[in-house]
Amino acid sequence: MAFITVKDLSLGYDSLVIADHLNFKVEQGNYLCIVGENGSGKTTLMRTLLHLKEPVSGQILIGDGLKNNEIGYLPQQTLVQKDFPASVWEIVLSGCQGRCGLRPFYTKEEKKLAEENITRMGITELRNRCYRELSGGQQQRVLLARALCATGKVLLLDEPVAGLDPVVTAQMYELIAGLNREGITIIMVSHDIAAALRYASHILHIGDTVFFGTREEYMGSEVGKYMFRTARVSEKEPKNSEQICKNGVSDPAEKR
Amino acid sequence: MQKWRFRPGRKEVKKEVDKLFEYFQYPFVRYALIVGVLIALCSSLLGVTLVLKRFSFIGDGLSHVAFGAISIAAVLQFSNEMVIVLPITVISAILLLRTGQNTRIKGDAAIAMISVGALAFGYLLMNLFSVSSNLSGDVCSTLFGSTSILTLTKGEVWACIILSALVVLLFVFFYNKIFAVTFDEEFSRASGTQTDRYNLMIAVIIAVIIVLAMNLVGSLLISALVIFPALSAMRIFKNFKAVTVCSAVLSVISAFSGIVISILAGTPVGSTIVAVDVAVFLICCIAGSFK
Repeated sequence: MAFITVKDLSLGYDSLVIADHLNFKVEQGNYLCIVGENGSGKTTLMRTLLHLKEPVSGQILIGDGLKNNEIGYLPQQTLVQKDFPASVWEIVLSGCQGRCGLRPFYTKEEKKLAEENITRMGITELRNRCYRELSGGQQQRVLLARALCATGKVLLLDEPVAGLDPVVTAQMYELIAGLNREGITIIMVSHDIAAALRYASHILHIGDTVFFGTREEYMGSEVGKYMFRTARVSEKEPKNSEQICKNGVSDPAEKR
Repeated sequence: MQKWRFRPGRKEVKKEVDKLFEYFQYPFVRYALIVGVLIALCSSLLGVTLVLKRFSFIGDGLSHVAFGAISIAAVLQFSNEMVIVLPITVISAILLLRTGQNTRIKGDAAIAMISVGALAFGYLLMNLFSVSSNLSGDVCSTLFGSTSILTLTKGEVWACIILSALVVLLFVFFYNKIFAVTFDEEFSRASGTQTDRYNLMIAVIIAVIIVLAMNLVGSLLISALVIFPALSAMRIFKNFKAVTVCSAVLSVISAFSGIVISILAGTPVGSTIVAVDVAVFLICCIAGSFK
């Protein structure tokens, strides 16, 4: 049995269904990229996978020794976090909270785990710095370290490179790919098709057409070819995309 | 304390200090200090969380609800108004904190709505079914804090001590969880923390504190006790633990000196404490900008 099996899942808000009949599987060690247009339900799917939202219909089965709360989550940044007075250490350690249950304080092992994950993400020198004073890339590393404290098995990343510059974006992707090589299963929501095709082992495309398969299958499919072409076109015109970045048009619809 | 006087002589300072010690002889002054400091401590602990969760106005909203509840109690001629005030405030707190996420009316609008609605409704009730001869005096003392802080009985003081101890214990015990839920509720929920339970706990505690604090500063000024110490501490410190501790310390100092000043200068207790809080905030702003 796979880590996560999704059967005939429908997603939506209230009575409005935004994506239906989703079927896919995530096996241990996979790198699944969820792509699709804005408003196609990528973030909703992620929230449903995390049990933050009830599905409209269908099932999410969890197996292979994975427990419900053993999914690490890298959410998009919220407004609250932008001026939150907390040190990197406090935030990373809070990733262990799910393990605590009713126990009020952290154990030595949990502190050690937090320490290890800080080293793993290369943010040791930031340990006592204030979160709100860090750069966007550094903040993402902190949140990734926190997610790793919650689990060593599956990471769900929601637009992990949103708002990062190209260099930091590349570093972030490498970091995530590195974690995947270490055996951590990655599920990533992204609309960066080029990166998805470079790193992912499987692609789930949602929207008007639904596709699930390996990267190679996706490249061969109609929707995959179309998306790949558009991605290449925008790569060929860096000026244009830079202009877009400067103007700050990064789909406000995705941000809550 | 003496600045407004022209060149205070040594004798005069001594006289004031003597006066203070003389006041401390009276149990009611000691009671007021104990209760004031404890309430300030409790409200500042949760203040950090509320400010960060963008719920700064919840103190204001809830205290207005409590005002409405008091007027209902007065109209129904309840002898012990807490019986009705506490449950109503607690329920409103739960409703308000619950509306924080994904509802049609967003948190700030919901608070504003309930707050103003309860205030208007309370005043209307008091006017229509007034049983007191001094209506505006009653309303004024509920809004700006009455002298009832100086007429506390021993039983009330003990009740306050026990409730405050409970609040502090709960806060220390759940400190790590409160931090996790405040920083990132979605993440905490996804990784298996019962965030609803802790939100509920925060709501109940804040409601209890507000009902307690109404005696001290009145319902219009409660927000100051909740938010000023937290905001002051955030100017200076940059991690959560330090901010929490500093906010508690600042709040206790402000409340203590506020009460002392109000006794010596004969000013209203509530507004004096809030004035000290504002002064501390300004000092912290300046200190923070030099850092």
